[in-house]
Amino acid sequence: MKQTEPLAFQDLILTLHRYWGDQGCAILQPYDIEVGAGTLHPATVLRALGKKPWKAAYVQPSRRPGDGRYGENPNRLQHYYQYQVILKPNPDDLQDLYLNSLKAIGIDPKLHDIRFVEDDWENPTVGAWGLGWEVWCDGMEVTQFTYFQGVGGIEVDVVSGELTYGLERLAMYVQGVDNVYDLKFTKEGVTYGEVFLENERQQSQANFHGYDVEGLKRRFEDMVGEVERLLAMRGPQDQALVLPAYDQVLKASHLFNLMDARGAIAVAERQSYIGRIRDLCKACALAWVEQERAAA
Amino acid sequence: MPQLLIELFSEEIPARMQAGAARDLERMASERLKAAGLTWEALTTYAGPRRLTLVVEGLPAATPDRSEELKGPKASAPEQALDGFLRKTGLTRDQLSERDGVLYAVIEQKGRATADLIPEMVEGIIRNFPWPKSMRWGDGTLTWVRPLKRIVCLFDGKVVPFAVEGIQSGDVTEGHRFMGSGHPLTVRSFEDYRKQLEDNFVLLDQADRKVRIVEGARAVCHAQNLEMIDDDGLLEEVSGLAERPTPILGEMDPSFLDLPPEVIRLSMKTHQKYFAVAAPPSNPASQASVPPEGGQTDSVSPPSGGSTREAGEGGKSVRALAPHFVVVANVEATDGGRALAAGNSRVLSARLNDARFFWDEDRKVGFETWLKKLEGVTFHARLGTMAERVERIAALAREIAPLVGADPDQTETAARLAKGDLASGMVGEFPELQGIMGGYYARALDLPTLASLRSAVPPHEGEGESARDPLPPLHGEGPRGGAERGWGSVERDAIADAIRDHYKPQGPADTVPTAPLTVAVALADKLDTLVGFFAIDEKPTGSKDPFALRRAALGAIRIVLENNVRVSLDGLFDLARPGADPWGFAWPGLELHRFFVERLKVILRDSGARHDLVDAVVETMKDTEGLGDDDLVRIVRRVEALDAFLATDDGANLLAGYRRASNILKAEEKKGPLPVGAVATGQPNQPEAETALAFAAEAARGRVERALETEDFAAAMTALAGLRAPVDAFFTDVMVNSEVPAERENRLKLLGQVRAVMGRVADFGQVAG
Repeated sequence: MKQTEPLAFQDLILTLHRYWGDQGCAILQPYDIEVGAGTLHPATVLRALGKKPWKAAYVQPSRRPGDGRYGENPNRLQHYYQYQVILKPNPDDLQDLYLNSLKAIGIDPKLHDIRFVEDDWENPTVGAWGLGWEVWCDGMEVTQFTYFQGVGGIEVDVVSGELTYGLERLAMYVQGVDNVYDLKFTKEGVTYGEVFLENERQQSQANFHGYDVEGLKRRFEDMVGEVERLLAMRGPQDQALVLPAYDQVLKASHLFNLMDARGAIAVAERQSYIGRIRDLCKACALAWVEQERAAA
Repeated sequence: MPQLLIELFSEEIPARMQAGAARDLERMASERLKAAGLTWEALTTYAGPRRLTLVVEGLPAATPDRSEELKGPKASAPEQALDGFLRKTGLTRDQLSERDGVLYAVIEQKGRATADLIPEMVEGIIRNFPWPKSMRWGDGTLTWVRPLKRIVCLFDGKVVPFAVEGIQSGDVTEGHRFMGSGHPLTVRSFEDYRKQLEDNFVLLDQADRKVRIVEGARAVCHAQNLEMIDDDGLLEEVSGLAERPTPILGEMDPSFLDLPPEVIRLSMKTHQKYFAVAAPPSNPASQASVPPEGGQTDSVSPPSGGSTREAGEGGKSVRALAPHFVVVANVEATDGGRALAAGNSRVLSARLNDARFFWDEDRKVGFETWLKKLEGVTFHARLGTMAERVERIAALAREIAPLVGADPDQTETAARLAKGDLASGMVGEFPELQGIMGGYYARALDLPTLASLRSAVPPHEGEGESARDPLPPLHGEGPRGGAERGWGSVERDAIADAIRDHYKPQGPADTVPTAPLTVAVALADKLDTLVGFFAIDEKPTGSKDPFALRRAALGAIRIVLENNVRVSLDGLFDLARPGADPWGFAWPGLELHRFFVERLKVILRDSGARHDLVDAVVETMKDTEGLGDDDLVRIVRRVEALDAFLATDDGANLLAGYRRASNILKAEEKKGPLPVGAVATGQPNQPEAETALAFAAEAARGRVERALETEDFAAAMTALAGLRAPVDAFFTDVMVNSEVPAERENRLKLLGQVRAVMGRVADFGQVAG
C-alpha cells in the first residue's frame, strides 16, 4: 500500500483502528483514569488473566509526570498517546499481523530498517512481566511487542500478545517531523502543538512544582483504603468489587507518580510504595481470576 | 555417509543469547548422539537472529549391531531356574550354549536405524534447552526463547517425521524476513540449505556476518575519509541482530560534539547500537575527543598519524570524534539506505537533544543543590542517607590524605563533591557515567569552597542516641587558602580527576588510581562501604555478594599495594570507624581484618605467588587479638623475600631442620610445658655442635631483629640462612633425648630458641610441601 501523503496524527489512529478492527478486535475508547501506560487499562491488565479469549485495541493517553519538559523538548511529553492491542491467545502470525499494520500506516520495510530487539518487559507496579521485543524502525523504538507471562503477580493461563505503539513517535516518523509539536494532527494542518503545547507547559509546572505533596500523600493513603474496602464488599451477584477497586489502584499509582515528579519519594521509600501498589494490584488480579472461575 | 540437518526456526532470538545457544546445541547433540552409540565426522552449529542450525556430517545409517552374552544357571540347576532364565532372555533351551557346566545365552541386538533415533533426540533437546529465559506462547505449554515456528529435520536427504507439541518437522525454511522471496524454501541438504538462505539474503554463520559488518563499515567510513572505532562487544551484538547486516554511514549534527564524548558514545552504543566514528588525525573536524576506554570490550585503535592531543582532563591521549556514526541495518534498502540513514540521524539527534538537556540543566544546577538532594537519598536503609555517607567519606578521606601525600583540604573537597553527580540529571539518565560526569561538572562549574561545603551540612536529623557531631574531626584549625577562597586550575584539575576516578578500580581489568588525591578518595569510598556493610552484617556469603564487597576490598588492596601506602589494616579500619557508632552494631574490625587477608591471598594467588607463604607471614607479629601482620605492603614484601629464600638451598634445608625441631617440640609440648630459660653453653661434655648452634641462634636473633626494624627482609633471610649449617650439624651430632635430664632440657631450650628466632620472620610451620 503506497501512501501518497503521510498520514496525519488522527488518520494514523483511524488507520490502526480500521486495521485491528478488521482483525476482529473490539475497538475501545481510552480509559477515563490517568494511567502511566496503556497496559494498565483494565481491558489489558485484567483481561489478560484467566482463560477467556479476548481481542481489543484502543488509544490510551499515558501520563508520565516526571517526563514533562515544559513543552521545550521536541521529543518528551508528560502526556502522550499509546496505541494498545491485546490478542488472547496470541495468534501464530502476530509478527506478520503487526508488520502489516506498519505497512498500513505507510512504513515500507524494504525502505526502512525494522528490527526486533530483545526487551524483557516488566511493570513492577502491576506485577506484570513478559518477553518480547522493542520494535525498532530506523533505530527508533516504535512499538513494544510482548508475550505476557504474568500479570498481577500471577502466571497467566493463556499467553496474550500485546502491542504498544508509541503514536507520536510513529507519526513523527511517518511525517518526517523532528519536533512533536510540529506534527500535523489533522490533514488540514492543525498541529499537535496547537492541541497540546499549552497543556505540556501548565502540566509540567504543576507536576514539578505545583501539587501539594502532603495532599498527594493523603490522597494516596485514601485510595489504598478504598481498594481494601471495595474488595471486601460484595456486589449484587455476590462478586467482589474488583473493577472499582482496580480504578482506585490506578489512582493511587498516578498519585505516586506525581509525588515522584515532585521529588517527594526518597529512594528507600520508592520500593515500599511500589510494593504497596503491586500488592493491591495483585489482590485485584486474584479476585478477578476467582470471579471468572466462579462464573465458569 | 549420511548427513543430519536440523534447523529450529523461531521468532527473533535475543542477540546476547545466540553464541551460548550454538554451544549448548553442539553439546546437547554430541551427548545424545554419543549416548545412542553413534559416531560422526563433523558436527557444527550456527546461531542467528531467527534460527539455530545443527549439521552433522558422516553419521552411520544405523547404530552397530550389538551382541551380549548373559550367564545363566548351571546345567544341573532345577527346572524353575532354567525356565526363569529362558523367560528373561526370550530364548529356547536349544539356543543356549554350555561351558564348564554353566548355561550361557547370547542376545543379539540389531542396530537401529539412525533416523529412528533422531525424533527423540531432537525433542529432548528442545524440551531441555537451557535458555537463560524462556517463555510460553498462545495456549500451549512448550517453552522456547521466543515462539518456535518450524523444525527442519533431514537425515540423508529425507525428512525425519515427528512433531513436538504440534510443530511438525519438515524440509521447509524461509529466507530474510523482508528481502527474501517470501516463499517457503524447500531444502535437500545442508549445502543446499546454506546456498538457498544466502540467495534469500540470510548469512547463516555469525563469523560471516561479522566480516560483512567490519568490511562494510570500514568501507563506508573510508569513502568519507573517516575511521570506524572498533568495538568487539558491539560487533558481537549487532551481528546477532541482523540476518543480512548492512553498515550505513549516518550523519550527526556537529553541534552535538560539544557534549562530553563519553555521553555521545554511550548514547550511540547502548541506546542505538551504532559504531562511533573518528575523524582521521589529519582532519581536526571537531572539538570533542575520544578517551580510550578502560572497559573490556572497547578498543580504540591508536591514531595512525600520531596527532593525538592532550585532553583537558587527565592528560590521556585522545582522538576526535567525527560527526558521524555507523548503523548496521538488517536490509539493503531499495533507495541505498538514504531514508534509513536520515531516520537514524533523527533518532540520534533526539537522544542527544535529551542528553544536551541534562548537560545544560545540570550546569545550571551545580553541586550545592545535588548535595542537598543527597540528603533525601537513602544509601541503604540501615546505613543512612547518601549525604551522611558523603560526610563519612569526607572525614575518612581527610584522615587518609597525609598517608598518601595528598593535601587534606583538597582531598576533603573532592570527597565532598564526589557523589554529587548521582543527583544530576545526566547520571540519572546514564548511571554508567557516574564519576565521569562529576569530573566534567567539576571542571565546568564554579567549585564551592570547602568552607561553604562544610557549612552546607545540615544539622543532623533524627536526634537521639545516634546523633553525631555534624562536622568531621579535623586536624588543626579550619580550612585555609584555596579551601576558603576557591581553587586554582591545578587544584581544580586534581579535584576533578579524583571525582572522576574515585570508583576505580572497578574490576580486575581496570586501572588503579595513582594521583594522591584520587587515591585518598577512592580508598575512603571503598572503606566506608566495607565498614558499613560489615557493621550491619551484610557480608558476602558463598556466591552472594550483592553489595560487591569483594570487589571493594580487592580494589582497596590494589590501591594500597600499587601506591605503596604504608598503613596497618586495623589503622585504616579505625580511621573509617565513625566517632559514635551510628548503626548500633558490634564493631566488625576483626572480621574485616580476616576478610582483607583472605582477599590479599586471592590477589597473590592470582599473580602467581604461593598463598601458603601469606599464611606463614601473617601468622607472625601477632597482637593481643591473635591477629598477625596487617601492613599489606609489608606482607607482600615479606612473602617475596620468603619465597626467594625457600628457593635457595639454605632455605630448603633450614625448612627441613625447622620441621624436625618443631616435631620434637610438639611431641614434648603434649607431655607438659616446655623448659624455658637461658641455654647453657660451654658445659663439660657438651657437644660442640650444641654450643655452636646456641651461639648461632643468639647471633641470628640479633641480626633478625635489626633487619626487621629496617624492614630489610632479605637481610632477615640471610640471617636465618646462617642457621642452616649449625642446625644440620646439631641434628647430625647431637641426640636431643639424652638420658641426662639436664642435657635433654638444655637441648629442648635450644630448639625452642631456634624456632622462636625463625618465627620472628615467618611461621615456617605454615609453609606447604
